Amino acid sequence: MLTSFTEHRHGAHPHGGDRAATALATNQILTVHHLSISLSGRTILKDIGFALEPGEFCGLIGANGSGKTTLLRTILGFIKPSSGSVTINEDPTSIGYVPQKFLLDPHMPMRARDLVALGLDGHRLGLPLPSKQLRRKVDEMLEAVDAASFADQRIGSLSGGQQQRVLIAHALIRRPRLLLLDEPLANLDIRSIAGIVSLLHRLSREFHTTMLLSAHDMNPLLSVMDRIVYLANGRAATGRTDAVVRTEILSRLYGYHIDVIRVHGRVVVVAADHEHDALGAIERDPVHVAQIP
Amino acid sequence: MTASLFSILVEPGFFTSEPVRTAAVVGGAAAIVSGVVGAFTVIRGQSFAGHSLADISSAGGAASFLLSINPFLGFLVMGVIAAISMELVRADRAKERDLVTGIATGAGLGLAALLLYLDVTSRSTTGAAVTVMFGSMFAIPASIIPLALAAGLFALIAAAAIYRPLLLSSLDPDLAAVRGVAVRLISLLHLIILALAVALSAITVGAILSTALLIGPAAIALNRAARPGTAVLMAAAIGLAATWGGILIAYNSYQWTGGHGWPVSFCIVTLIFLAYLVAGRAAAPKHVPTRLRPAE
Repeated sequence: MLTSFTEHRHGAHPHGGDRAATALATNQILTVHHLSISLSGRTILKDIGFALEPGEFCGLIGANGSGKTTLLRTILGFIKPSSGSVTINEDPTSIGYVPQKFLLDPHMPMRARDLVALGLDGHRLGLPLPSKQLRRKVDEMLEAVDAASFADQRIGSLSGGQQQRVLIAHALIRRPRLLLLDEPLANLDIRSIAGIVSLLHRLSREFHTTMLLSAHDMNPLLSVMDRIVYLANGRAATGRTDAVVRTEILSRLYGYHIDVIRVHGRVVVVAADHEHDALGAIERDPVHVAQIP
Repeated sequence: MTASLFSILVEPGFFTSEPVRTAAVVGGAAAIVSGVVGAFTVIRGQSFAGHSLADISSAGGAASFLLSINPFLGFLVMGVIAAISMELVRADRAKERDLVTGIATGAGLGLAALLLYLDVTSRSTTGAAVTVMFGSMFAIPASIIPLALAAGLFALIAAAAIYRPLLLSSLDPDLAAVRGVAVRLISLLHLIILALAVALSAITVGAILSTALLIGPAAIALNRAARPGTAVLMAAAIGLAATWGGILIAYNSYQWTGGHGWPVSFCIVTLIFLAYLVAGRAAAPKHVPTRLRPAE
């Protein structure tokens, strides 16, 4: 994986090398530079660029099919970009990753703690020997994600929100400095969404982990996001959350009128025209407005 | 009472008979390796690939009679060729994968049909078809024991070596890749260990019935065990119990069938089937009662 990142950096883009050097110098964890991705001849993303600093909480927002998963998989090195570069100021094998729609067979004989332990030593050869130190690390991690009460249950028997907590613990147990999460809030009920968002926000502060989290609805994340990468039509708008989440900027991105409303100290994003079926997920999902208490 | 029933069952020389001993040793090795690798095969959703590999390997078994080489090597070589091909033409979509596997299985069995026909016509080995497909456990030559045990031991060591990467990549290949696991290499190694298990089963219960030893005990164990390590050990133990139980039943069947005896393979797969009906399906997985789940 390391070599593929090096290739992106030096080979794919003429200016990639210079920018990579800048990124290392300015202590950025992740730099995505003029990145374009085509899959089977179709351009998914074009000329995407953004950078994340240590400890930043970044939302990767966009409708279904806007390329969020593709971008995350490219950062992980699973997909080769057609041009541009991804630079990770970190050993690529110590990036944490929570994949999308991870639903386990209820008959799978694996407890929550077994999956968390695999986050630590799943790449090692040989049989796992019982060790006090390993058990303590796993217990600590389960405690940190509030999963200690169901540590010994089969993962398949857990609720969606509980499974997310276990997967986050699996991804974080090696203390990566960058954690990528693909739609961790999808298919969760309202209370679970709020619980996972506040957990991730707390963990990003506690562990000083940079988080890049994809979601189709930005509302649950508005209070915790430092930065937003908004994908639409293969392009990205990026910036500090308060700079991007403005009526005029979002309206331009979506291609029709979007209201950014501040009520009770909270920010709510509302599509003015529900009939308008352009790009975003927001107008198709008016329920989200009610999700903000 | 139990002691006397036991002595009746094993009385007429069960423990002293050489065919029985060979069947118990080679069959035991086949059952243990099949149980261990089968647990992963079932977790990975590759039961059909496992069956297909066995069917294709039957062509190797059939060829071994023509070439007068050790049938175990025939099964193994053909199985490994099938394993490597499966990994090379790996289709991503499940439907496409089933299609490719099915077509390859048909071609492999067709080749086996031709080779078995040639066995019968050119070398007058009339029993070859039954032996290759359904096994003849009491006719296994004792000379095969060292090779079978060595192959079994090698398979177990290899499975133990890749245990954690295999478990993680069976759960989710992306999670494993992020951890730095060479997912495709692990997948290939799993298929090669699978080919070893299938070759061992093929010389005992037969190529076609090897699926029963591979999938049945693993399915029961995965349903019953709470953790992956326990499931693997349990699958091996269930397979071993069914194999030895089947040998005992087949041995005693000589008394009620008037000296012909029922095929050992039949007795083994029937025991596995009954065990699955009793323990593998009905039981919902036991887990800690959830009481009031903490709200997220």
